[in-house]
Amino acid sequence: MASIAAAFSRPKYPVGIWNWATTIDHKKIGALYGITAFIFFLVGGLEALIMRAQLARPEHAMVTPEVFSQLFTMHALTMIFLGVMPLSAAFFNLIVPLMIGARDVAFPRLNAFSYWVYLFGAILLQSGWLLGGSPNSGWFAYAPLTANSFSPGNGMEFYAVGLGVLGVSSVAAAFNFIVTIINMRAPGMTLMRMPVFIWMTLITSFLLVTAFPVITVGLVELYLDRTFDFNFFNTQAGADPILWQHLFWVFGHPEVYILILPAMGIVSEVLPTFSKKPLFGYPVVVLSGITIGFMGWAVWSHHMFTVGMGPVTNSVFALTTMFIAVPTGVKIFNWIATMWGGSISMTTSMLFSIGFIFMFIIGGLSGVMHSIAPSDAQQQDTYFIVAHLHYVLFGGSILAVFSGIYYWFPKATGKLLNESIGKIHFWLTMVGFNIAFFPMHFLGMDGMPRRQATYAADMGWDLWNMVSTIGAFMIALSTLVFMHNFFRSLKKGEPSGSDPWDGRTLEWAIPSPPPEYNFVTMPTVTARDHFWEEKQLNINTPSDALEEEDGHGIHMPSPSYIPLVTALGLAVFGYGLIYSFPMAGIGAFVTVVGIYAWAMEPATAPED
Amino acid sequence: MFTNRLVKLIIPVTLLCVLGVSSLIGCTPDHPMSTFDAKGPVAERQLSLFMMILWIATAVFVVVGGGLLYTIIRFRDKGDGFKPEQTHGNTKLEITWTVIPSIMLAIVAVPTVIAQFYISSPPDGEDIRINVDANQWWWEIEYPESGVVTANEIHVPVGKTVGVYLTSPDVLHSFWVPKLAGKMDIVPGKTTYMWFQADEVGNYHGQCAEFCGESHAYMRFRVIVDTEEDFAIWQRNQLANAETPDSDQEKQGATLFITKGCIACHSIKGVPAAAGIIGPDLTHIGSRGTLAAGIMDMTEQNLSDWLEDPNKSKPGNIMSKQGIAYTNEAMALTSGDISNLVAYLQALK
Repeated sequence: MASIAAAFSRPKYPVGIWNWATTIDHKKIGALYGITAFIFFLVGGLEALIMRAQLARPEHAMVTPEVFSQLFTMHALTMIFLGVMPLSAAFFNLIVPLMIGARDVAFPRLNAFSYWVYLFGAILLQSGWLLGGSPNSGWFAYAPLTANSFSPGNGMEFYAVGLGVLGVSSVAAAFNFIVTIINMRAPGMTLMRMPVFIWMTLITSFLLVTAFPVITVGLVELYLDRTFDFNFFNTQAGADPILWQHLFWVFGHPEVYILILPAMGIVSEVLPTFSKKPLFGYPVVVLSGITIGFMGWAVWSHHMFTVGMGPVTNSVFALTTMFIAVPTGVKIFNWIATMWGGSISMTTSMLFSIGFIFMFIIGGLSGVMHSIAPSDAQQQDTYFIVAHLHYVLFGGSILAVFSGIYYWFPKATGKLLNESIGKIHFWLTMVGFNIAFFPMHFLGMDGMPRRQATYAADMGWDLWNMVSTIGAFMIALSTLVFMHNFFRSLKKGEPSGSDPWDGRTLEWAIPSPPPEYNFVTMPTVTARDHFWEEKQLNINTPSDALEEEDGHGIHMPSPSYIPLVTALGLAVFGYGLIYSFPMAGIGAFVTVVGIYAWAMEPATAPED
Repeated sequence: MFTNRLVKLIIPVTLLCVLGVSSLIGCTPDHPMSTFDAKGPVAERQLSLFMMILWIATAVFVVVGGGLLYTIIRFRDKGDGFKPEQTHGNTKLEITWTVIPSIMLAIVAVPTVIAQFYISSPPDGEDIRINVDANQWWWEIEYPESGVVTANEIHVPVGKTVGVYLTSPDVLHSFWVPKLAGKMDIVPGKTTYMWFQADEVGNYHGQCAEFCGESHAYMRFRVIVDTEEDFAIWQRNQLANAETPDSDQEKQGATLFITKGCIACHSIKGVPAAAGIIGPDLTHIGSRGTLAAGIMDMTEQNLSDWLEDPNKSKPGNIMSKQGIAYTNEAMALTSGDISNLVAYLQALK
């Protein structure tokens, strides 16, 4: 046995880059997710700014149509797969174990693996910019435009392989959180005592593990078509390109809820805390989340209302889509009722959550408009849709993410983000966002199609395009303000203490930043807002007890090289699929060896 | 005191909403692609549905958004140490706000389904059939009943029901004339169908609405709605063979059209050598108002610019990639060639 143990000598780096590279601590992985995702959020934003600059004036030739196609394709892919989803994953990692009273996630090494695969997948997807062209057929990549004959070069390979690799990361992370939430809750935390954020994480995770296989089928077929001349989508050989649309949107619509449900979870934590009231109608909010998750599988063809599926199919999908408005509306009413009768403190976090509700009402209502299939035939593929999707993705997901950052930054760092700068950030974001995206409703109804590199001067679209571009740059400015706040507060922010907001859930019961093992003694949960209830009864909060303990004797899993190495193998495999099969073989070999080594490696180094 | 402040806030917000909605409706009908200027029964049906849901949505936004505003103002922390009652829910309320939206949606669903069937096929059958074959990045238009074949400009008689049969040899496209009807996608390997009817004589802008590659933005077209007499005249003219060249310049252009390889892709009826089927039929190109799929007016200057470098106006197009005059330097067009060709093409009325 000694020899096996020696073969797995464990990394021991107290600080520095190797500490981060080998960490399996959910909080550090959460931070890695957050920072990486924010960097890609900036990349996606830059892509958007170039597009907005191009569209500011008619007949503008700042970028070529080919580059413009790559920009709108990569903007969507970057924001969805490299920005918003991993930002949600950052919150899952940082907060879920703390909220359910666990010392880590169920599979800490798998967690590190998920992050590294995400990072390498992201680099793979973005490297098209440097390696002769990025994907250029839209994030939806409708066949047969993706075929070799219409999209030569490696762009669509970066798409197929990059998303495939990212899918591995998402599915691994999702299984991890499902198991963590099902198995690792503190004693007494029944399912119906779980914070809503945990519920939304659970539902999102189930959507991830069920939706990603569908897109993976499509991606493999696309890859086979392009690399080995298969005929899945070759219309010349009799293929039906609509197959791709079904595969894509059967994944794509649950994906929309993968992006928004974590945001709803964040808001459902922030609103009660700053209203000093429990969430109104908790069971209904949870049930609405589950209903939205299920219905996400029954509405995908509303993305295809103009494909010519016939009036019966269109009507059915119009009705299922309308139905989704009911649980969504219920959530909004419950959030408002949560604030009703409360004592609302207008912190920056709370402002972002309230802003979320406002913007989400607008995005939700324009969503209902699109469910009217016959009139949607006028809005489909126009800027009206661009407006709608940004009201739910930016006005929804991103505002909630910022709310979550202001809310949990003190827990992660022990310091408060500056509230005055935060308020400037909030108002600049709100004003910039609405200036950028509200006029797109007008443009869409005025007949401006999406995804066009430029437009004629006599169409009457100049004014609102210019306004929208100004708004986009205001959003960029607001992001700079946020970054200033972030770095400034990281350095010299006010100390927050363990419970700056008079919180309600378990994470506020432990010090900020939490020790590696999170909880010295596992809490026993007796109520929904357990920590709040305890504070009402003046029970000594566990954090008081915690300060005196040093956590000695709590065994945490040891750091490991293996997740990083295995993920690296997968990245080499990915590049190999694009460039050379021997290289793919090497990558696959490293991955398989990595997985075996992982299985043999003890969770905790024996010498500890 | 408190109510005053609230009224002060809610009134401007409501006004802003109404202003926003009416500017959305009011400011744009004169624009070429505005959906608010419906000129036929299909577009009108779609517009009236949209207006219905728009007003409902605006009302819902004012009520719910107003409620939200009221709540955050009334229940803000007033610094008096108020401890809110820890209420957990109210079943009656929650049932109410589940049932009301359900009923509203059920009401909206009825006209939705009826309209969906209405726009899917003309209630009284079609008067005229058009086959549209959408290519990267132009439109071939065929009238199977009369045998007319043209490109990028669709002439239809006013007040007649037009059935549009859509096909594509390459990638997905979408056929859209906002003032006449919502869009219908075009799928290679299939025939999709839509119909419209134009109630007013005029020139309507259309554009491909499904991303179809590099020059997607340059895949536009026109629908020209004629009186029945004008349509009959147009149709007769289209069925005729091409004009024979008159002037020397035109004659030289006609020769160049053959020697420079234009005939490999383009047809000109009456010129036996010119029977290409890859590009648009040019038999009556001089009678069209626009050039290169609706992206510029048919003028001498534009036509000459187009012939000089088609890739400049429409990046990636097949003419600059495969036309021998553009791929073989020995065959390149001189400026003299171009003006001769322009003269010839413009004379093809």
